[in-house]
Parts: sequence; structure tokens; C-alpha cells
Amino acid sequence: MAALLTQNFITALLLGAVTASIPLLLAGLGEQISEKAGVLNIGIEGMMLMGAYAGFLLAYRSGSPWLGFAAGAAGGAAVAAIMALLCVFAGLNQVVIGIALTLGVQGLTALLHHVQFSQNYPRLADFGVLKLPALSAIPVLGPALFQQPLCVYLAWLAVPALGAIFRATHLGLSLQAAGDKPAALDAAGVDVVMIRGGAVLATGLMAGLGGAFMAEIGAGIFVPFMTNGNGFIGIVLAMLARGKPWRVLLGAMLFGACLSITTALQVAGIDVPTDVIQMLPFAAVLLALVIFGRQASLPAALGVHYLRGAR
Amino acid sequence: MLSLQGVTKRYPGVVANDRLFIDFAAGEVHVLLGENGAGKSTLVALLSGLQTPDQGFILLNGARQVMKNPAQALRHGIGTVYQHSMLVPSLSVAENIALGGAWWRRPDLPGIAARMATICQDIGVTLDPAAIVGTLSLGEQQQVEIIRALLRGSRFLILDEATGMLTPNAAQELGALMRRLAQRGLAVLFITHKLREALAFGDRISVLRHGRLAGQISPERLAGTDHGQISADIVHLMFGSAQSAAGPAPVPAAKAGDSPVLQAIALAVAHAPPIDLAISAGEIFGIAGIDGNGQKQFAEALAGQSPAQGGHILLDGQDLAALTVGERHKKGLRYVTDDRLGEGTIGSFPISLNLLFKNLADRPFWRHGIEQPAPIHAYAEQQVAAFDIRTPSVDTPIGKLSGGNIQKVLLARELSGPARAVIFAKPTNGLDVQNTIATRQRIRAAASGGLAILLISTDLDEILELSHRIAVMAGGRLVGVVENGPDARREVGEMMSGLAE
Amino acid sequence: MSRIVLTAFLPFIAAIILSGLVLWLLGANPVAYYTIVVQRGLFSTGGLQASATHMAAPLLIGASLIVAFRAGIWNLGGDGQFLLAAVVVAAAAPNLAGILPRWATLSLCLALGAAVGAAWSVLPALLKAYQGVNEIITTLMMTFLGVSLANVLVKLVFADPHTTVPQTRTLPVADRLPHVFHTTISSGLLVGVITIILVQLVMARTAFGLKLRMVGASQKAALHAGLPVPRLIFSVFGLSAALAGLAGAVDILGVQGNVRADWNPAYTLTVVPLVFLARLNGFAAIPLMFLFAILSIGGESAARRLGVPNQFTLVVMATLLILLGVSETLDQRRRNGGPG
Repeated sequence: MAALLTQNFITALLLGAVTASIPLLLAGLGEQISEKAGVLNIGIEGMMLMGAYAGFLLAYRSGSPWLGFAAGAAGGAAVAAIMALLCVFAGLNQVVIGIALTLGVQGLTALLHHVQFSQNYPRLADFGVLKLPALSAIPVLGPALFQQPLCVYLAWLAVPALGAIFRATHLGLSLQAAGDKPAALDAAGVDVVMIRGGAVLATGLMAGLGGAFMAEIGAGIFVPFMTNGNGFIGIVLAMLARGKPWRVLLGAMLFGACLSITTALQVAGIDVPTDVIQMLPFAAVLLALVIFGRQASLPAALGVHYLRGAR
Repeated sequence: MLSLQGVTKRYPGVVANDRLFIDFAAGEVHVLLGENGAGKSTLVALLSGLQTPDQGFILLNGARQVMKNPAQALRHGIGTVYQHSMLVPSLSVAENIALGGAWWRRPDLPGIAARMATICQDIGVTLDPAAIVGTLSLGEQQQVEIIRALLRGSRFLILDEATGMLTPNAAQELGALMRRLAQRGLAVLFITHKLREALAFGDRISVLRHGRLAGQISPERLAGTDHGQISADIVHLMFGSAQSAAGPAPVPAAKAGDSPVLQAIALAVAHAPPIDLAISAGEIFGIAGIDGNGQKQFAEALAGQSPAQGGHILLDGQDLAALTVGERHKKGLRYVTDDRLGEGTIGSFPISLNLLFKNLADRPFWRHGIEQPAPIHAYAEQQVAAFDIRTPSVDTPIGKLSGGNIQKVLLARELSGPARAVIFAKPTNGLDVQNTIATRQRIRAAASGGLAILLISTDLDEILELSHRIAVMAGGRLVGVVENGPDARREVGEMMSGLAE
Repeated sequence: MSRIVLTAFLPFIAAIILSGLVLWLLGANPVAYYTIVVQRGLFSTGGLQASATHMAAPLLIGASLIVAFRAGIWNLGGDGQFLLAAVVVAAAAPNLAGILPRWATLSLCLALGAAVGAAWSVLPALLKAYQGVNEIITTLMMTFLGVSLANVLVKLVFADPHTTVPQTRTLPVADRLPHVFHTTISSGLLVGVITIILVQLVMARTAFGLKLRMVGASQKAALHAGLPVPRLIFSVFGLSAALAGLAGAVDILGVQGNVRADWNPAYTLTVVPLVFLARLNGFAAIPLMFLFAILSIGGESAARRLGVPNQFTLVVMATLLILLGVSETLDQRRRNGGPG
């Protein structure tokens, strides 16, 4: 047990946790935007997977990881555009379309992977890390938190950025109104469809980035179905965070730690079967839902399509 | 300032607004009077940009304007205060007012608060900009919406049925506020179906009937003529034939009480103080009061939908505590809910099943749990005939029926069988004149048939017309009980205003 | 009548065509693909019987979804319920087969599968009924948890010590669900068909089914009518999950005989479009599940011969669901006489 508290173990744990947490963070933040605006975005798992595929594809073909991220964002947004069109604009059931998009992306990317990569299973080169000067010297925390690729720091920056947008811009107000009482927003002269549609696109963009991160940095490779529930965990994070982006970061780190604990345990010399470990994040999620579920407050108009003049 | 030129709007099956030519002038409180279904809400929707006219057009300051959405209407200076709050409950007052600005900009909350303070002072209203709207009373929320319209530079203010949820006092204040606004040069359009308010608050009255302009009362006539005479004229305009709709029926003689049929003894509901109540056979007990003061919770506790915290409910002397909704229904305690579409019926289910809501699994309609279509059908046909329900068939999904017919289904369900006591919650809400009269007849008939009636309504006229005794509910408790008589209106009004705000 | 044809068949055919387009873009020949599917899945004796056998699990999963969706509950946890039931049954059956007569083992294991499935829905049911937590998320999480747990059980607890491949002990063919008459169709098919018909009848014709539908249509109205809503929600979860568990039991006892590590046919989400296409009607679901089975069995052959992986089925199903949604909305708009 003492082995668990060594510096090496904690550093290894944090290191793995950060890498595993970024996709969750991005998915969670993205879902938070949709949720605030009143859209329950079940398709986020599909958006993430599309981002993973597109990101990997472009990073591999072009050699530039940043192009990969751009492609990932675009891929996720493209899937989100379908959802925006069918659900926000045309009013189809959000859950049904979300399931359809997730299924479709899973099938499509599996097919594409088979056609393109099943012969040689290419890997991406390792991404370089950016060592932050003073901070990375802090014992235990330093090497884990502040010796990460640039994109990690950028993802972290998204937290305060989103918080600022929510709290201090008209966009944030409109988002909250769209989720709480869209009729009021409409009466105030703001296009509810545009706001909700935009929110869904933003979710797709962020989920796509998260997926691209998983493929490029996390794994270095694309495997069909590789998102494995990260998108859905993102929904849980958004639910529990009740509108505050920093809570998504907290949750993402916690679940990220669960996801990555295998490597850390190996460092500590403890041998637990991988399959048991794989249960950990989902068990943790359920535990969190049991403890905090009642408090998870969702916007009043969540999942309800807005029709002007509907009684 | 604003003029309707032959404005017409049609919906499937009905012409909601039919070739309307009306002028609205600045500095005047113009009242639009009409019964439910006369076309008032449609007109509001057209003016506020939610809908566009099918024919005709709107002149604003002499120029022809088309408003395709609320944003455009706002830009033209038309502000609307709806009957149901159009504010976002989770945002503050200032944030609600700020809603609608350029998306990348920071909302100027301090600036809004400052401008709010000036206007509030001007028109004599106090509001805290940081208060979360969800915590404000409905009257205060309305004030916020008026302030917002003013801050947006509205010159034409529409108040749609704004007094529906207010105490008599608050309604008076709103009337005075409208006057002050008109004095500042605004054109105020006040929509209502209440004759008394039209006379009290308005400078000019336009009467709408079946989508058409039935007539107008000019300011001179209003100022010069006796109100009683004008009332009669207006009633004629609103209802056409010699139908006297507004006149209250003679108050029925008070019934001598034997042992009461329905009794609540120290009934504690939610966090309210205990309530004591006793209603005899043939008696109509009215509970007046503003919406949201515990009436619904009280009714639900009596019916068995929610558990009471303490006390007893007795029906013919029998304690109902352990009985479920279905069991109480069978014993004779009935509840006609005010939420017809959300609670009382399931829109996609056929009428036949809706009639048997509270008799699920009963013989002969179900045997061993299996549905028996023939008895169900026969029973439904019987009820449709007895209660004059207009429908293509008993299998029609009930959501397709008109409001009046849905209410008839509810009445059929609750008044049939061994009914002993019936709770009516806002029974004529949203109904047209004919159905309103018919429903009130049924209530009276049920009482004369020996049932005990509990009538909960926000319509004071209705309470005064039907009840033997009247109480007011405020904050979940019953405040005072009076016998219905010539002084009742004043007494009830006092009880209500004494506890409001 | 023409409306039913349009709203049911048109989306299906359109989905086939659109997915065929995807195939073509990926360099495969859609006509060849579908020909193989139909040839192998429908027109060959062996294939037809395989398709019929393969209908059983989807039928039961379909029944599970119909019960849940009609009551307004999104039970998306079918895969977890299915897999755990399959593992437990796979572990128990070989042991019981040695002790009890065949019919007793089979009946007991079917019941066991249903029980395990129902047990795996208790947590989401509690969270929904008493805390109002959205069940989409909880059931999905339970699926991921269940799949991992199933793997742990297969590899570490119930592993067959006599083989190197991680899997449970195989149930000898003689002890499995008997075939129908002289075909190679597993009697699991009968279990599936009878069950879904029963489900349909209960939902449409009994007071209990009516109560569930009321809860699904309007919780407020259900409360007003005095229905015990939390208890009913619980029942729905239990029933729906038991059916999914039964699917797992039937699949093991009738077809697979054991559970290999990392095995997960993931029927639930794939069957969702079919259930909606059937308008949540059990009778209509039967032919649709048959078509699905043909696509799966034929698709396996086509996968081997043309190199198109069988995840292609997912694409067809997804397209179907979207097109179905679109056609429903268009149909509704047309019936209401214009938007708004």
C-alpha cells in the first residue's frame, strides 16, 4: 500500500489522468454548451468518434498534428450540423437522432478504417511536450501537470474562456434563456433556432477536438469505436457541473484518473487485471450520479423543441 | 400612431381576425374588449411580430410596416407585456432587460440598473435589478416587463390580459400606471375580457366579436354617459343577441346544514397551516384568491394525489386517509382539475379511455385485467349523449376536441356514478360564453341534486354567482368565510387585498 | 393504406439505397453486396434457417424496447443486461445440465437470464423513480459497466480451464435449446415470437399495459388518475431488462453455447430504428427483425467475399432511423396542414 503513495506513483497517475481527462473535458464543456441552450445532445459520442477519425486521418496524411485538430473539429461540427438541422431546425426527437448519428458514425468510421488502415495500422509520431519553466520544477505535480503538449494547456484555457462567455456576454445570457425559457428569448428578439443550432455546432466542434486528441495524443492511432463511452461520460460531467465549467474540469480529472490508473498501478508494481480496471470509470460515474444525481439541475426547456406560437 | 388597415388572419377552420380597421393614438389608453375566442390574442400576435397578417396591413406613423418577427416589432417601438410572463426565471431583472444585445458584447448591467432607477422613479415603481426573476411575484414580473418595454424605447405598449393574475389592489395600481404612461405620450393598448376594468381604466374602448370590430366607445361618450348605460351597450356589442351574459344569477337561498358531506379537519397540506372546512349536501362552497396560493395543493390533498401532513378528510363521516385516488373517486369524492390538457386527459388517447381514467381495471370494462371493447364503447356512447359532447366518434383522440368539449368529458367522468362531493378547479377557464354558462348550470344542477360542491376559482364573478359561502385562500390557509350576499363582493375583496403583496 | 406503405417501406428502401451509395463511394459494389445478402440470407436453405434462428435475440431485445418506450422510459441498457445474463447462463448451464433433465435446465436458465437482466436495471430504476435522474445516461453507463464486468467474469471467474482461449465452458449441443422440428432453426425463435406477441397484447389490451402507456404519455395525468408512478416505473425497468436478459439466455442456450471474451453483439442500439419503424407494435416488429437477421447473416457472407466489414449494418440502421424521423415529421406536417 505504501507503494501507492510514492512520488512516482502519484506523478504517473497524474500524468495519465491529464491525458485521459482532456477528451472528457472537451466533451463535457461542449455538452455543457448544448445543455445550457436546452438541447440534450446524445450524438456527442458520434461527434467525438468522427473527430477522432478525421483528426487521425489528416494528421497521418499531412504530418501536421494541428491540421489534424482542425480536421477533428470540422468532423465533429459536420456531424453536429446534421443534428442541428434535423432537431433544432426541423424538430425531430433529439434522443432518436442522437442515437442514429452515433450508430452511423460508428459504422461509417469502422468501414473507412477497414478500407484505409486495416492493412498496415499506421501509428502517429509522438507529440512534443512543452515544458513550462518554473512550474514544471514543482515536485510531484510539476512533471505531471506542466510538462504537457501545448494543446493540453489550450484545452485548460477553454475552461475560464467558457466561463467568461457564460457569465459576461450577451451570448451567455441568450444560451441560458434558450434553455430556461425560449419563448422569452424569442420575445426579446433573438433567434432561438440560431442560438440552439450554434450551441449544437459548438458542441460538435469541441467533441471533435476531444476525439482528435484521443487519437493523436492519447493513443497515436485510430481504432473503430475507440471513444468507448467518453462522449457519454461528457454528458454526465455536464449534468453534474450544473453550468460551471470549472466543475467539468474537476470531474474530467477524476474520471481521467480512473481511466488511466492501470499504468500508474504498474509503475507502483501492483498487478490488477485490466478488465477490472476498465470498470472503474463507469462505476465512479454511477457513484457520482447516486450521490449528486438529485442536485443535477437541468434547464427547464431541455429536450423540448421550440415552436413559435405553440401553445 | 398605429393603424390597422383591413387586417385579416386565418387559422384552419376559423377566421381569427376579420378585416379589422382600428386606429390607436398616442396619449390614450385604448381598451380592446372581447370574450374568449373573439380574436384578441391573434391581434396581439400580429402586432408584436409573432405572426403576420394574411390580408391587410399595419400603418405605423403613416408608413406601411411588415413585422416578420418580434425583433422587428421591437425595433419599431412596439412593446408587449403578455399574460404569462415572458421573462427568464433563472436570470436577474437586469439580465432579463439586457436580453437581446449583440452576442459578443458584455451586458451593461450597471448602466441598465441606473436607467431602470430613473424610469422606476418616474412612473412610481420599485424594483431591485439584481433580484432573480423567478423569486418575484407575478405583479412585479409584469412591472419588469413594462420597464423593459420602456427602456427599449417602446412608444406603443400592449398589455395582454395583464390583470388576470393580480389582486384587485394590484390591478388598480396597474390601471393607474397605464394612465401615467399614457400621460407620458405612449399609446397604451390594454386587452381584457373584463367589462369593469375596461370602464375603469380605458379612454377608448373597441369591442371585438368573432374576429370583427363590433363597435367602439369614444372618450367623449365614456366620460359623458352613465356607466350603467354603457355597460349594457357593450354587453350588446360583445354578445350580440339579448343574451345577458355578465349579469349574475340570483344567489340561491342558503341551505340548512345537516351533517356535512365533505369535511376537512385540521388538514395540513405542504407547509401551510391546518385548514378546517365543512360542506353540506346541496351547498356550493367557493374559494376565491389569486392563483398560486395553495389552492391546487389543497385540492390535490383532498383528492388523494398528494399526501397530507396531518389532519383528516371525511366523506360522509368516513376518514379517507388510507384511500387512493381511485378509491376516493369510487366513494364519491371527485376532482375536476383546472389543467385539462396536462393532467385531466391524455390527448393521444381516445375519449372512451379518458372517460375511464379513474376506473382502470374495473369490471365490466376490464375482466381479469383484459380490456373489453364492447362495454367500454357502450359506456362512452352513453356519456357522449348525456353530456352533449361533440365528437366524430368515441374513439377520437381527445386532444382533437375543442376546449369546451374536453371540459364536458371531464365533467362526464367526474359527475357520473355515485358522486357525493365534487371539487371544481377553475371550471370555466378558457371556455367560450356558451360553454361557460352550460358548465355553471351543471355545477348548480349537481348541487341541487344533493352533492357538496367545492368551487375553487380565480374568477370572482363566478364565485359570487354560484357560491353559498365564500372563503379566500392566501398562503395556503383559509382566511375568513362569508355568506354570499350583497356585501360579499366588498368583503371578499377586502380579505384578498388585506393579505396581498 | 398507402400512407402506411409510404411511411414504413419508403424509408427502408431509401435507407438501403443510400447505404448502397456509401458502399459505392468506398469502392465496393452495392449491387453485388445486396445480392449476396439476399442470396445467402434468404434464398439458401442453410442461410434462411440461420436467419430465422438469428431473429430470436433481436425479437426479445425489440420486446424489451417496446415495453420501455411505450411507457416513456429510455432503457438503453439492453446490451449490459443481455451480456451479463448471457455470462451467468453460460456459466450455470453446463453445471446444471449434468444434474437436471434438459427441459428443467433450459427453463431454469431462461428464468435466470431474465432475473439477471432485471437485477442489472435496479440502480437506474431507483435513480429515475426516486431521484428523477435521466435514465438515458444511467442505463448507458450501466451498459459500459456491464460489458466490462462480463469480461471480468468470463476471463477470471467462469473461464473454461480446459482451453487456452478465454471463454466459458461450452454447453454441449445436445443440452441446448432444441431445434424446431427437422430444421436447424433454434426453438429460441419460438420463444422470441411468442414473447413479443405476448408483450404486444399486454401493452395494447390489458389494464396493466394501459397504465404503463399512461405513464409514458403523461406522468402528470398518471398521477391525477392515481397511478402509483414510481412503482410502475420500477416495473417497466424490471420487465424491459428481464426481456433483454432473456435475449441473452436464448442466444447462449440456442446458438452460442458459450461466451467468449470481448464478445458483444450490441443489439440494443441497432434494434432501436426497427422498433420505431414498427411504430412500437410487436406484430409489425416480427417481419422487420427477420429483415434485420437476413441483413446480418447475409452481411457476414458478403463480408467474407467482398471484404466489407459487417459494421456496415450500423450504417444502414442509422440511415434508416434518420429517414424514418424525417418521413414522420413530413407526414405530421402534412396532416396538421402546415407548420405551427
